[in-house]
Amino acid sequence: MSIWKYANPAEFMRVSGAALPWVAGLAIALMALGVGWSLFFTPEDYQQGQTVKILFIHVPAAIQAINGYLVMVVASLIGLIRRHHVSFLVAKAAAPIGAGFTLLGLFTGAVWGEPMWGTWWVWDARLTSFLILFFFYLGYMALWAAIDDPEKAADLSAVLCLVGGVFAILSRYAVQFWATLHQGTSISLSGNQKLTPEFLYPLVVMLLAFLLTFLALLIVRTRTEIRLRRARAIRLSTAEM
Amino acid sequence: MAEFLHMGGYAPYVWSAYGAFALIVGGLTLASLRASARAKRELKDLEARQSRARRKPATESP
Repeated sequence: MSIWKYANPAEFMRVSGAALPWVAGLAIALMALGVGWSLFFTPEDYQQGQTVKILFIHVPAAIQAINGYLVMVVASLIGLIRRHHVSFLVAKAAAPIGAGFTLLGLFTGAVWGEPMWGTWWVWDARLTSFLILFFFYLGYMALWAAIDDPEKAADLSAVLCLVGGVFAILSRYAVQFWATLHQGTSISLSGNQKLTPEFLYPLVVMLLAFLLTFLALLIVRTRTEIRLRRARAIRLSTAEM
Repeated sequence: MAEFLHMGGYAPYVWSAYGAFALIVGGLTLASLRASARAKRELKDLEARQSRARRKPATESP
């Protein structure tokens, strides 16, 4: 059996239904642990004071905002190439979650930037590409909503999604491509760690918490989309009778 | 406690960031769950109506 059997809606509903309580439970537990740890058990930073607490929301939100868009790009590509409806619906379901995280990243960045950089906003490469990513999320959702025929909406919005993928990549790597006001990456998997453990550990918990929250919401929303699609099919078939 | 809420003088920045987090993640969760419940209900109604229609074909109805 290949991995593609999960593209079958019935199979997807079965597997995702079984996984959802575990993913959601773990997401809630990690979020509670992460928020508690970040707020109550992290020290002040010697330069940033207590504003460093914004780190634990800002970084996971921004990373998951970009990951969310990459999930949409991959799902749209699979949908366009293999014509699996569930893929398109995964991308559609991911958009509002990603847009929410992008907005959260923008907002927390502004309220962190004002006390630390002395400005809410700068038009540097990192911030600007992230803002454009937000607009692509909105445009993608608007396009889905604007087209009545779901087949056509799926195809066109998938193409729009692929175009916006450039900005997901740009906002991730902008700090390496250009000199920006935004600092470079502070955490990496390949050593070269710039964060001390008392900040790193709660941040890792929050990164996992945001990832699992995204997954749990994605499962819920994809299941909703599949149900709505089925309801539409029943309505069309009874209308023909 | 007051010192904790004060956040070393950065209270408006820190608490608005955590407030936005609660609002956005909580709102997304609530909206997703409500849409899910609505879709489940709609599909259940439609399936019930469809199976009723199947059991009693249109030609037999008065």
